[in-house]
Amino acid sequence: MTGLPPFEQILERYGADVWRFAASQLGPAHADDVFQEAMLAALAAYPRVREPDSIKSWLLRITARKVIDMARANARAPVPAASTPEPATLAAEPELPDDDLWARVRALPPKQRQAVALRTILDLPYDEIASTMHTSVEAARRNVHEALKTLRAEMRQEADQ
Amino acid sequence: MNFNIPVPSEDTMARLRATLAERADRQGLLDVAYAAVDSPFGTLILSATPRGIVRIAYDNETEDEVLGELAAKVSPRILFAPARLDPARQELDEYFAGRRTAFDLPLDWSLSKGFRREVLAATARIPYAGTSTYAQVATAAGSPKAFRAAGTALATNPIPIIVPCHRVLPASGDVGGYRGGSARKQRLLQLEAAQFSLS
Repeated sequence: MTGLPPFEQILERYGADVWRFAASQLGPAHADDVFQEAMLAALAAYPRVREPDSIKSWLLRITARKVIDMARANARAPVPAASTPEPATLAAEPELPDDDLWARVRALPPKQRQAVALRTILDLPYDEIASTMHTSVEAARRNVHEALKTLRAEMRQEADQ
Repeated sequence: MNFNIPVPSEDTMARLRATLAERADRQGLLDVAYAAVDSPFGTLILSATPRGIVRIAYDNETEDEVLGELAAKVSPRILFAPARLDPARQELDEYFAGRRTAFDLPLDWSLSKGFRREVLAATARIPYAGTSTYAQVATAAGSPKAFRAAGTALATNPIPIIVPCHRVLPASGDVGGYRGGSARKQRLLQLEAAQFSLS
């Protein structure tokens, strides 16, 4: 038998991180949906997990995949008419503090966008960012660095104007 | 730059988890649902698979111990999902209030194998307010000499109360051991005797 903890404990430990990572990538309005899709996919695959020590990276990797799926689905969806109402549950979510910064993050290339959120929001060390994103530690470092450089430059430019 | 995303509130997390449990159940991914319910015998942890009640634990076992055992022996796909336990909670409430003398709930015997399962099946046939001895249930399970093994089966009954191992007593006339402690065994016997004499 596996030595996996009950999935309830995984939710308890990492549920908030999954939601916050999703919110950073797509905005809080989509975080609930990404959370559900990621957790269902994780639950389906959970009994086959072979490395109980790296469950957090595994879960964030699934979340990153669901973020991409949802971004694609949103892009394919018909151009939203102004009249399409947001579901009530989504509308109730508060906006993020400093939403302007997050809008800039979302405009970054996908790898930088993911890496900078994992580093700044979830406080992951570079080796865990690398393991989550299946890159080298060096690439993880570079992705975060490039993201911060771009964001700083944009902020400076704005301040100069 | 202030990269801040607040942790979702407890209400938000509770809502997300409730939705997840519901969807997981619909998709056949909720192998074990559990809930903690109050009772006159302390907080009980009830758990059920899609087949039926698999485990009931008194508060002398911690939630971590109980869920850890279920994860290892049944499935790690375990979520807090009280809805599946609603029928059990209701029947237990009625039993504790003296309004129910038999349970009408499907059971999942995954945690009991072989002779132990036979012993528990024999135990499940002891009627309300009745009692039996270890030797008698061993005999009913097909091995009259295995009364010690019968004792072990009862001491590790995964579904106490519903599988009424409290009705099995040592021949000495003592109350004997109980997974939830002898005091609880005594009280269950008293509860049933009191209702029985009323009717």
